[in-house]
Formats: sequence, C-alpha cells, structure tokens
Amino acid sequence: MRKREIWKGSEVIAEAAIRAGCRCFFGYPITPQNEIPEYMSLKMPQAGGVFVQAESELAAINMVYGAAASGMRAMTSSSSPGISLKQEGISYLVGAQLPAVIVNVMRGGPGLGSIQPSQGDYYQATRGGGNGDYRTLTLAPATLQEAADLMGEAFDIADTYRNPVMVLVDGLIGQMMEPIVWEDRPGRTLPTKVWAAQGRRGRDHNNFVTSLYMDPADCEQHNLALAEKYAAMEANECRWEELMTDDARLILVSFGTPARVAETAMRNLRQEGLKVGLLRPITLWPFPGRRLGELAGEDHVKGFLDVEMNLGQMLDDVKLAVNGSKPVQFYGRCGGAIPHVAEVQEAARRALEEVE
Amino acid sequence: MTVIYEKTRGLQNTPLHYCPGCGHGIVHKLIGESLDELGLLDTAVGICPVGCAVFAGSYFSCDCIEAAHGRAPAVATGVKRTHPDQCVFTYQGDGDLASIGTAEIVHAAMRGEKFTTIFINNAIYGMTGGQMAPTTLVGQKATTAPDGRDPATAGWPIRMAEMLSTLEGLVYAHRVCVVDIPHLNEAKKAIKRAFQLQMAGAGFTFVEVLSPCPTNWGMEPLEANRWLMEHMAAYYPLGVIKDMGGEPG
Amino acid sequence: MAIHLFFDRDLCKGCQLCVSLCPRHILALDSAPNAKGYRPVCCTDESACVGCASCARICPDSVITITKD
Repeated sequence: MRKREIWKGSEVIAEAAIRAGCRCFFGYPITPQNEIPEYMSLKMPQAGGVFVQAESELAAINMVYGAAASGMRAMTSSSSPGISLKQEGISYLVGAQLPAVIVNVMRGGPGLGSIQPSQGDYYQATRGGGNGDYRTLTLAPATLQEAADLMGEAFDIADTYRNPVMVLVDGLIGQMMEPIVWEDRPGRTLPTKVWAAQGRRGRDHNNFVTSLYMDPADCEQHNLALAEKYAAMEANECRWEELMTDDARLILVSFGTPARVAETAMRNLRQEGLKVGLLRPITLWPFPGRRLGELAGEDHVKGFLDVEMNLGQMLDDVKLAVNGSKPVQFYGRCGGAIPHVAEVQEAARRALEEVE
Repeated sequence: MTVIYEKTRGLQNTPLHYCPGCGHGIVHKLIGESLDELGLLDTAVGICPVGCAVFAGSYFSCDCIEAAHGRAPAVATGVKRTHPDQCVFTYQGDGDLASIGTAEIVHAAMRGEKFTTIFINNAIYGMTGGQMAPTTLVGQKATTAPDGRDPATAGWPIRMAEMLSTLEGLVYAHRVCVVDIPHLNEAKKAIKRAFQLQMAGAGFTFVEVLSPCPTNWGMEPLEANRWLMEHMAAYYPLGVIKDMGGEPG
Repeated sequence: MAIHLFFDRDLCKGCQLCVSLCPRHILALDSAPNAKGYRPVCCTDESACVGCASCARICPDSVITITKD
C-alpha cells in the first residue's frame, strides 16, 4: 500500500508538475499561490530543470511561450489579477499551437479584489480570456489528490492537442492541506514535437513558430484547424463526477471547493430523505453539458441548483445545457467568501420547494 | 570560376518584403552571414519582433519564433535557459524594444541572460505607418508628432545601449550602422563578437543598429543614409559602449 | 581574369545604395522596369569591374552575385 502524505495544495501542484516531466517554471509572486514558485525555486533545479522568477506575469507567460516553442514541458502559475496579465501570452500560445500548463489559484476580484478564495475567473478561463476565437481546456480539481492526479494529465492533454491547458483552482485548494497518495500515472502516447524551434539540427528547413497569418483566407483556415482541435477535445476530454443522480429530484452542479461543500450538503439532505444529487464538472471547458442535458430529460429530475463562489458564471453553461427544460436555481458567494454547508442546504430546500 | 560574393546560406531564398533602401535587409544578411561563418546556423534560434521584421522567421535560415510585441527577450529567456548551449538571439525594432518591451529588455539584461539582442533603431514606427517612437529625435516629424517631437509633451529620445550598459549583466553593447562598407564591416564585427561572447557564456550582448527608414522618413534611400549620419549618429554616438567580454573562448 | 556580375533582376527595388558605393561608377538603373515595377540596377561596363563587392554587400535584397573566371 502506498504511503499517505500530508501536503499543501500549492506544493502538490508544483510537485505533480515536476513528476509529470515539467522541467521549466516561470512565475511571478502573487498571493495566494506563492508556494508554487517557492517550491519550484528549490525543487526544479534539483530535478535538473529551470526556474526563473520573471519581472512580471507578462514576461513569465512569454518565457513559457519560448520554452514551449523550443519543445519543453513548460508551466507557469499565478492568481487572478496575474492571470489577466498572462492572457496576451495564452492567446499567442493557442495561436502558435503551443502546449503549456497555466495554473490559476483564484482569488476575489474584480481588480485587486481580495486574496481569499474565489471562482470569479470561470468566464475568463472557459471563454478564452485573451483576444481571438479560442478555447483553453480547463481542469478544475476539487481535492488535493485530484490536483496531484490531474497535473500530469494537464501536460499530456496540452501535448496531445498542442494547446495550453489551464488548471483552475480556488485559493482554498491552493492553501489547504490534506492527505494524498502519489500514484504512478500511465502517461499517454504523445506526438513528436517536429514543429519545435530548437535549432535545425540537420533538418533541411527551418521551423518558424508563429501565430501570424496575414492573408485572411489563411487565418480563417488556421482558425478552422484550431476549431477541429476544440471539437476533438470536446469529444475526448470532457470529465465530470456524478453522485446520487440516479434518483435525484434536485441536482446540485458545482466545481472545486464549493462542490465539496455541496457534497456535504447533499449527504445531509439525503439523511433527511430529500433526493438530492451532485454533478461536479472536472473539465469546465469542455463543459459536461451533454450529460446535464440528458439528466434534464429524466422524469425524476425536477430542477438544478448551481453553486459557485462567484455571482453565477458556470450558471450560464448549466442553463445552456438544460435549455429551459427544467428550472435552474443559483446559490453563490463571492469576493472571497466561501458558502457554508447550511447555506447550501437551505438553498437546496428552497429550490426543491419551488420545483415540487 | 570563383565566387566573390553570393547570397548567404544564412538567409532563405524568400524575397524580402522591406521597402527600397531599408536597413532591415542589410542587417538580416549580416546576421545570416555571421551565423553561417561561426557555424551556428544549425543550432541557432531567432526570436522575431512585432513590427516590420515580423516576417524575419521566413527569411533567416535558422529556427525562429515569433514573439508578441515587445516580449522577445522573455521568449528568448525561455529558449536559452532550456537550451543553454545554443545560440539564441532577438531581433527587435525601437517600438518593440524601447517602448512596449522596455521591461523585458531591461530585465533580460539585468539577469545577464546569455543571448544576443540585435536592436534596429530607425527612430520611427515602420509597420504601423510612421508614428513617433521612443527613439524619434527631437523635432523629427512623425504621424503622431505632426509638428515634430516636442520634449515638453513627448520627452526625449532613449539611448537604449547606454541605458542598458549601466546593468552588470550586460557585457557587450555596441552601436553601429550600415550606411556604407566601412560601417557595415564594423556592424558585422559587432554582431559576430556578440554571438561569440554569448557562446562563451559571458552574459547579455547587445548590438544597436542605426537603420534608415526611407519610406516613413519621407526620403530617398541615399538621402536617408545622409540624414542618419548627420542627425541620428549625432544623438546616438556610434562605437563600443561597453565591452567586458575579453577574449571569447 | 574576368569578373562577372549577375543580377537577380526581379528582386531589385532600385534603391541605388549599390550605385552610390561603386568605385568605378559602372552601375546604373535600367530604363525598363522589373516585375515588381522598379527600375532595377544593371552594369554599364562589366569589364571595368574590380570585384570589390561593395555593391553586393550593401544590397538589402541580395540581388547581386559576383564571380571571377
């Protein structure tokens, strides 16, 4: 039996990246994720890798861009305001079809906001965030074990599709400690990076990594090619967890920390005999909308309650999936506040009363 | 039959898109020749800017990466740190390097990143159509300085080579131009020395090239070169600004 | 020992940097335009060329190749 170890969230993310073969990290300090660059500054050189504290988030994401363009498994991390600064680089990563992993340990916003946990960057993560018509696959672990397991997947997915992957956690997951087990992960078979600009090394042509397509016809073709990758990601990479949805009359939909609160609320309500279930998206994009739509079509499902740590952002995706066939309610806290179990239970009771 | 001069292997056969008399084409050749002569073509990685040289990766015969506007030094850091034995260079204009990318170039120099920056200073934004650059001379007209640059509102032009030379991490800064053969020889010597010092691991190396932009200066090419020597070279002195390199390897 | 100049005529943009640097004053713009619409450079007296290559080296577009027999 493998050893259970107590780890801190940010350090799990950093260690899992190194275990996944990431050998370069570029970051800039911002609360509440400083333990990631701190851990990397110590452990990355020990693993034979590169750590650079950049002068800004702009520089950090562009160092990632350079390392990724030259064929490296590259990563950066930040928190909400810093991720806003990285959006330029993320758009370029997508445009130039470069794999990379970006971790956002979300805090309250807008602007400087607070340094407490939040999920206010859902739109930014799932709608692109920078300029242009693009998607970043977004993974949202709810436990430290899941964070440990998903980091390797994040790098593999990025390499598979040549597209940046975002790991989106709220500040609580970054800051909390809990036991995890380091599992050996079966890696994917990955394509060779024949496109990488790492010196020709005998190649008969030069590789030019760029996101520039001056001719609109070429740029449209490029966008359509990217769209095919998004379609493939939607077909192959969508993940979610379902609990007690088989007979549920009300289905809670929640990700990250509030999904754990919602799960406790669900189990408490079940003890009271109320048939509540939970669907927890693990990929926020692609969003498990098809599955939600199927559940919305079940007779026993009377409604949904979306629970988030924002003003209702994933709510849009839930409503699109349910498409008006069943009522969708919302309960959220924002700005760094975390929903209490009792609050979610109360919201669920109200939602049940309205739909019954 | 002996070849006295032919196009360098360091450049591809793609026709350049630059305007007649533009300095970019000449500097491209010097870089291509230098990489070839130093045996670096097969391992070099060039980082291209946003601006007129945005297509440089279609011209150089080495691998290239197109950076976002001003971010080339950060991109180069990502490449060089992970490929320390390879030649990495950025090729940047004055809007890219001295305006939007000031933080990136200053901090790359501060860290002593072991890559080379070739800085094309033509005192104007070329690609976007002749707007004022941070290096536009006082009194020089631009489409966003229709009466000429006025220090009262637009400040004074930045001498990037001198500014960066105050940083310990920069080991070599040399300002050159390419208006005639003696100056071109000096420019090529500077580029080769920068690459050699880089490969010897000395530190950050910087070559600033005063370069004509006949189109946006509103001059014929030969007139532009005369104007460059008379006005630009007067404000931006040519020559070695700093050389801590010693004998490279 | 003869020097030969080869001009990749359609690459020339007629900037005249080469013309200005030729020590023998044997370069000039052709009267007929090239495919780009520029009047490209040509040599008026190849036999006078000393093979200094100033023209070729300054040319931004690598138009000129020089050989000797």
